[in-house]
Amino acid sequence: MISIELGHYLALGGTIFLLGIVGIFLNRKNVIVILMSIELILLAVNINLVAFSTYSNEITGQIFTLFILTVAAAEAAIGLAIIVSYYRIKGSIRIEDINEMKG
Amino acid sequence: MLAHTLFFYFFSIITVGSALMVIVSKNTVHAVFFLILDFISVGCLFIMIGAEFLGMIMLIVYVGAVAVLFLFVVMMLNVAEQKQSWFRGQKSTHIPIGLMVSIVILLEVLVVVGGWKYKTNFVNTESIAISSNLSNTHLLGNVLYTDYIHLFQIAGVILLLSMIGAIVLTYRKREGVKTQSYINQISRDKESSIEIVQVSFDKGVKIDD
Repeated sequence: MISIELGHYLALGGTIFLLGIVGIFLNRKNVIVILMSIELILLAVNINLVAFSTYSNEITGQIFTLFILTVAAAEAAIGLAIIVSYYRIKGSIRIEDINEMKG
Repeated sequence: MLAHTLFFYFFSIITVGSALMVIVSKNTVHAVFFLILDFISVGCLFIMIGAEFLGMIMLIVYVGAVAVLFLFVVMMLNVAEQKQSWFRGQKSTHIPIGLMVSIVILLEVLVVVGGWKYKTNFVNTESIAISSNLSNTHLLGNVLYTDYIHLFQIAGVILLLSMIGAIVLTYRKREGVKTQSYINQISRDKESSIEIVQVSFDKGVKIDD
């Protein structure tokens, strides 16, 4: 039998984390996809915390996950508000159109 | 243990696949659909591993609020520059993808409900934290409202802050709309609003405004 250990969950979290980072760098479309990649990264962190919490019989990891969930919701709301107000000013949220800072 | 293996690989393959689809799909609306699928899969994984409360919260907060907020903004800003519309009679490309995602979600829910009674022998959760008689929600509450009460309060303040921030950022003062001005109404006093005139006989009063 193949038994699922802590490492399997950590590998899953790591994979999703990497996919989130790749999504930030490869994205050429719009800013909303970058926000979604950040959500993926936070999700990967949550997977790690819950897996550690369960496998080491310690409830504190789930408490941390709860706070990360709160911060992720707040961050999504603020980020989308910024995007909406930017769209009102500029009429576009494409990545190549956002170059005021010449970054 | 075989059941645990099967459940883990089922949900994690769907999770990784939909995370991949989030970052590669051309259409942003489809990306949000796959993000919803991703959240639901991870929620099911949490439920199966013994963190039931977090799994359910994942469904409520992430799928019910955050992902719907994303979908709302994507559709309001018309980011995908959709030529076709629901109302013009053409076929929308959202329907097949949305249907596929819904079917996978239904499948996942069936698997979770079906595998509920095998859940206890997945991981050893008998000795977790305090007692085995208490449910996961009870255990979380025991710790959250005692040891972590200050962090809990700060989390509430963060949510309030983000609410105020989002309102301030998107609030637009419209011109040419007649509204009540409460400050002006309240701050009127007797001298500025009424004037007592002594009317002299046979002259009348000159009203100047």
